[in-house]
Amino acid sequence: MASPNPVKATRGAGAALSHWGNALFVLPYLVAFTAFLVVPVVRGAWLSLNEIDLLSNESEFVGFTNYINLLQDPIFRGAVFNTLYFVVLSTPVFVALGLGLALALNRPGKTGAALRAIFFGSSVLSVTIVTLVWRLVFMPERGLLANLMNGVGLTPITPLTSETLALPAVALVTVWWIIGLPMMLFLAALQQIPQEVYEAAAMDNASRWRTFTAITLPAIARTVALVAVIEVILQFQIFGQVQLMTNGGPNNASRPLVLFIYEAGFRQWALGLSAAAAQVLFAMMLIGVAVQAWIGQQRDGA
Amino acid sequence: MEKHPFQLRSHKNTAAPPTVFKARHRRVKVAVASVIRQPARHGATPPSAQTRIPIRKFRPYDVFHNMNSIETAPARSPALRADGPGAAPPAAKVAGIELRHVAKRYGAVEVIPDFSLVIEPGEFVVLLGPSGCGKSTLLRMLAGLEPVTSGEIRLGGREVTHLAPGQRDVAMVFQQYALYPHMSVRENMSFGLRNVNVPAAEITRRVAHAAQMLELEALLERRPAQLSGGQRQRVAIGRAVVKEPAAFLFDEPLSNLDATLRARTRVELARLHKRLGATMVFVTHDQIEAMTLATRIAVMSQGRIEQLAAPMEIYHRPATRFVAGFVGSPAMNFLPVTRLPDDAGGVGVRLSGGAVLRTNVPAWPSIGGELTLGVRPEALQPQAQGELSGRAEVVERLGERTLVHVLLDDGSLVVAEAQRDSTVSAGEAIQLQISPRHVHLFDAAGTAHHAS
Repeated sequence: MASPNPVKATRGAGAALSHWGNALFVLPYLVAFTAFLVVPVVRGAWLSLNEIDLLSNESEFVGFTNYINLLQDPIFRGAVFNTLYFVVLSTPVFVALGLGLALALNRPGKTGAALRAIFFGSSVLSVTIVTLVWRLVFMPERGLLANLMNGVGLTPITPLTSETLALPAVALVTVWWIIGLPMMLFLAALQQIPQEVYEAAAMDNASRWRTFTAITLPAIARTVALVAVIEVILQFQIFGQVQLMTNGGPNNASRPLVLFIYEAGFRQWALGLSAAAAQVLFAMMLIGVAVQAWIGQQRDGA
Repeated sequence: MEKHPFQLRSHKNTAAPPTVFKARHRRVKVAVASVIRQPARHGATPPSAQTRIPIRKFRPYDVFHNMNSIETAPARSPALRADGPGAAPPAAKVAGIELRHVAKRYGAVEVIPDFSLVIEPGEFVVLLGPSGCGKSTLLRMLAGLEPVTSGEIRLGGREVTHLAPGQRDVAMVFQQYALYPHMSVRENMSFGLRNVNVPAAEITRRVAHAAQMLELEALLERRPAQLSGGQRQRVAIGRAVVKEPAAFLFDEPLSNLDATLRARTRVELARLHKRLGATMVFVTHDQIEAMTLATRIAVMSQGRIEQLAAPMEIYHRPATRFVAGFVGSPAMNFLPVTRLPDDAGGVGVRLSGGAVLRTNVPAWPSIGGELTLGVRPEALQPQAQGELSGRAEVVERLGERTLVHVLLDDGSLVVAEAQRDSTVSAGEAIQLQISPRHVHLFDAAGTAHHAS
């Protein structure tokens, strides 16, 4: 930047002045960024260090008491575990299934186009519709799942009322709902790979698996990382499906962090505690994304 | 080229195990050929070293390949196969290619109706034609990348019509190079060998040889993105060379290079062909590439061969008007003429301006008198009493010759070649003389009749 270039040279002394003038162009965004992002984050962090009584509008600085309380709360610890479990459960499925669908549907023709539209179609539905549909599927006695299991002679299970199956069931619904986006991202990446490279691989006697691992995967590595990051960020914030399908139950087995934050803040009016939980979630997401970025760098370097 | 590693190392390896027979075989051959051409360079090699080489009986072929006189070649592959020791590979190297009534249809669209061609072992055949003439489709069918609708493809006597691309023992160089972007140059070149489980030592050896031959040694650890266009092209060629295939296929490999690099790579390809003596099929729409590289050119139009002949034969005796117009730069001039009644000599024609020209074209029975006269610029020269008159529009002084673009009185545009130091200038009235010994006459069907 500091290197002399002809444009700057001709402008001479005026350059320094116009340099500050340039800040005007980024000012609108800077204002919005500060007002809507930096201020709330800092204020949230501040709130988490206070004991707040919303009714009397009084607050008292309590240091890390909120965090200590959280740590000692088994429901909160459960929520942290549930959130992590949910991310671990859903993100690999989004990556693997999204890529699998993209590979299968990356072909010209009407069948491929129709299937792509169908798989993407569920993404446009609202969370209320999706959960309604799946509650009907999971409904005891008369649901689709119960009928199917009865049909093949099995004892019907009711996932939403089972401590072990509730969260996997929510994960299943989530994948069904928004698998379209990862699929589309992978499709876009796959179509960037020139056909000639695959022809060269065919001339080079590469098997299908070898072509996939040696040519396709390296070519879409960045998209794999992108999808993983997007899904980790998204699934850490799991809320709507759980609230509408299990409301955190049974016995808190499916309660994620955002639901905990919501209930602490807006049901029990413990705003400080809620803010502290939100900081914990923020830190977890930051760590998750950082770890992924680090893994990506390791692979690029290799 | 003189310092080529093949030549230096090949003599030491005569006791190599049978598994490397294929590779050794070629190196020995090239070495012997080079010795013949440059005896002085190899003065230090003991004469007995050559006589100990078991492949020595191939010498006649190698000599012939280096002299590029295909016509006298006996069939090569059976001899090779019969000669090899017990472990000789099933697919003999340097195979001929035979296409029998090959056809290609996309739905109702017929791209190639019925194509037959025999390519001799070691030949360099160029498929030349305008875009859309089916030449690339044909090459892709040879490679196995495009299914054949009907007909048969044989490679070295083996039917390969429906074999997968990798199983045909051919290597292809693509127009866009098609290098694997995430692999180094070395990995790019060894990928195909690793896939068929060639021993690591053998891979290293072949890659080293190819890299030396193509001057890629310093680039082996780079990625394709770090290479220039010409370097990428060399890597693509190297990737084909290391496979030691029975035949090389080139799909317009020079069209993405700039003019200077294209000319240089063209010469390198010609040299490579001589060095390897391999069968090569080259697709291009560039007639200069075809003329300089080919032992035979197949000029194609609409999925058919218009003419299959040696370059100079194509130039001097184009079979059809299409070939005459496609080969040669600047292109042949075409003038509408009327045939005069035959007399003792060649066919006489009347030009549109009224002048009569007695050509050296022998008479043939024709229906109707309307013909097209074809004359190349070098047979059309400014002359005071010429048959054609017009006005010089543009004068191109190219150094070794001068081209004059002339607008004739009847409105047609022709290109004539003047002396290199001609004083003709644009705007001048000019008369052109046609050399009657160098004209071609084309009948209504486009068939050519030549003066010589």
